[in-house]
Amino acid sequence: MATNLHATGPALDSHTGPEFTAEGGDWASIAAEAERLGEERIVVNMGPVHPSTHGVLRLILDIEGETVNELRVGTGYLHTGIEKNMEYRTWTQGVTFCTRMDYVAPFFQEVPYCLAVEKLLGITDEVPERATLIRVLLMELNRIASHIVAIATAGNELGATTMMTIGFRAREEILRIFEHITGLRMNHAYIRPGGVAQDIPADTTEMVRRLLPNVRRDIGELQDLTMANPIYKLRHEGVGYISLAGALALGLTGPSVRAAGYPLDLRRTAPYCGYETYDFDVITETASDAFARVKVRWAECYESMKIIYQVLDRLDANPGPVMVADKKVAWPAQLSIGSDGQGNSLAHIREIMGTSMESLIHHFKLVTEGFRVPAGQVFQTIEHAKGIMGVHLVSDGGTRPYRAHFRDPSFSNLQSMSIMSEGGQLADVVVTLASLDPVLGGVDR
Amino acid sequence: MSERDDEKQAAADTVKPGSGEVEAQSTTAAALEAGGQNIPAGPVGGRTQLEVVDVRRGMFGVHGTGDTSGFGGLVSTVAMPPATERPYGGWFDEVVDVLVELLEGEGIDPDAAIEKVVVDRGELTLFLAREHLRRVAQWLRDDQDLRFELCLGVSGVHFPNDAGRELHAVYHLLSLTHGRQLRLEVTAPDADPHVPTLVDIYPGNDWHERETWDLMGIVFDGHPSLARTAMPDDWVGHPQRKDYPLGGIPVEYKGATVPPPDTRRSYS
Repeated sequence: MATNLHATGPALDSHTGPEFTAEGGDWASIAAEAERLGEERIVVNMGPVHPSTHGVLRLILDIEGETVNELRVGTGYLHTGIEKNMEYRTWTQGVTFCTRMDYVAPFFQEVPYCLAVEKLLGITDEVPERATLIRVLLMELNRIASHIVAIATAGNELGATTMMTIGFRAREEILRIFEHITGLRMNHAYIRPGGVAQDIPADTTEMVRRLLPNVRRDIGELQDLTMANPIYKLRHEGVGYISLAGALALGLTGPSVRAAGYPLDLRRTAPYCGYETYDFDVITETASDAFARVKVRWAECYESMKIIYQVLDRLDANPGPVMVADKKVAWPAQLSIGSDGQGNSLAHIREIMGTSMESLIHHFKLVTEGFRVPAGQVFQTIEHAKGIMGVHLVSDGGTRPYRAHFRDPSFSNLQSMSIMSEGGQLADVVVTLASLDPVLGGVDR
Repeated sequence: MSERDDEKQAAADTVKPGSGEVEAQSTTAAALEAGGQNIPAGPVGGRTQLEVVDVRRGMFGVHGTGDTSGFGGLVSTVAMPPATERPYGGWFDEVVDVLVELLEGEGIDPDAAIEKVVVDRGELTLFLAREHLRRVAQWLRDDQDLRFELCLGVSGVHFPNDAGRELHAVYHLLSLTHGRQLRLEVTAPDADPHVPTLVDIYPGNDWHERETWDLMGIVFDGHPSLARTAMPDDWVGHPQRKDYPLGGIPVEYKGATVPPPDTRRSYS
């Protein structure tokens, strides 16, 4: 057993110099004391706090006056052992866990996980077209919501509460659609290996067409508030710069690398879910600063809307099933709203309880035991709202994942935080962090 | 009686419910053809040695004399997809050819460096000897015919019963130039859990290697600061390993008790 190995010692085994603890409004006395001691170099802990929606992150800053000499990122405060837990649940139950990673973009965990399970099962081509359309619809709506939250909360962190309220108003419309389709605003567990949990309600496409203009209006308002706002531009332009070579070396992906001028978008370069059949543009900027990242996100919202309208037309034309035909894999996908909330359809209950003992046994076995997945491993990548999401699944032939590992884009992107901030101003650290749009639930998992 | 029937009969004789410890059966393709849906599709015919990584016993998570299910004596072998023979198909051959050429140019035996090549579910996996990992990764990044510019991190997998190869470090590389993806896999024994770092070749692997050290206990030699990312600095143990318990407590709900997930009935 090698569990007692220590590669490096604890980070805090020695420290020198005086130590101050600030808990609120005692900054003046601390500054006075620091001035009396005549120490120019100060190490400041930003966090671990929950600044807005990003999650609990700790930044350790070595500052000299207002200049950041060194920045280190401390993660792990939201580690919940999701990957470990998934090894003790069936393949279908895994969706319930991975949707909780990046809770601002839940469908970007659910879809690649299910695509990976389908690849392991070898049923990728059997997933019905309508299920794929629903997945694309939800992912693109989610991309807009995620981008809006990124910019709106960044505004809030700069003191512009209006940006946050307008942003959340727009996101609310999208969450309303999610609730209409999945029954939940977050943590949906709606995508399932082989398809989706149930078909979308009949009025969904009409509802999306009705609500999307509201989202567009709110995005327009927010764009007016950000794109031509002299204060906003002063805070964002030239802040958090990273060169393209640095970004690629550090594994920075998503809007940030596109803002550096490289059109890296897996929807184009390694299409999945039929993205090669949609008409949309990959947005790039060249400035590679916080402002360019905001511009890329805004433009991508409109590209997502283009995709959504194409999906809606196809959904109207395609009434097909939403779950694979193979009953060994397919969970019952004909749910209905009962008096006690969501549940299996009465027709299904009638069949398994009243007419067919075999159906009951099959239903019971599928739900409690689950299906077996042939041994092997796969890696599935998709273009998450925040960058490249990779899912590595290993099966030992059993009813549970032997290993599930998620390459969360926020986790990789945060590595660029130091190089973007060092040498800059302390106040710019907040802007830089927000421009990377990390969600710590995904970072720590 | 054919040879296959003999094997079946032998298996039936050895495996009796509740008969306690059973030796692992021989694990050739022919022996496993009879049963076991865990066996991946391999080359038909011949006697390919399968990559057995584990042997599963019983079902439902019950052991010893308390087992009345009749499944207690069940023994099934877990085997990963076996090595693939040439041609691998598509661009896979080209990449392997280039690597073999580069290895030979350096005077390294390609068969020693590339332990095996597995093509499974349309994905290419190169199993590398860990001492050659860095050299191969450097070529994969820099050679104009390979150009895997982006490393999407490292993922650790623990096979406690794969003697001498318990820990697997799995790297996923992405070529932006050619639009390709491939997987590198290196193994290390539990007793010597060392794998060379790739941080100076793929700097973006920094935190991923820290995470894999943290959760799986693989030491990446040469990493500039191999500190934990998820667990506290002074944590003992590596939670993602298979010998690390999940933990959890029984939860009472409306008079009934729900046991922790790792003690519930298990089917695999």
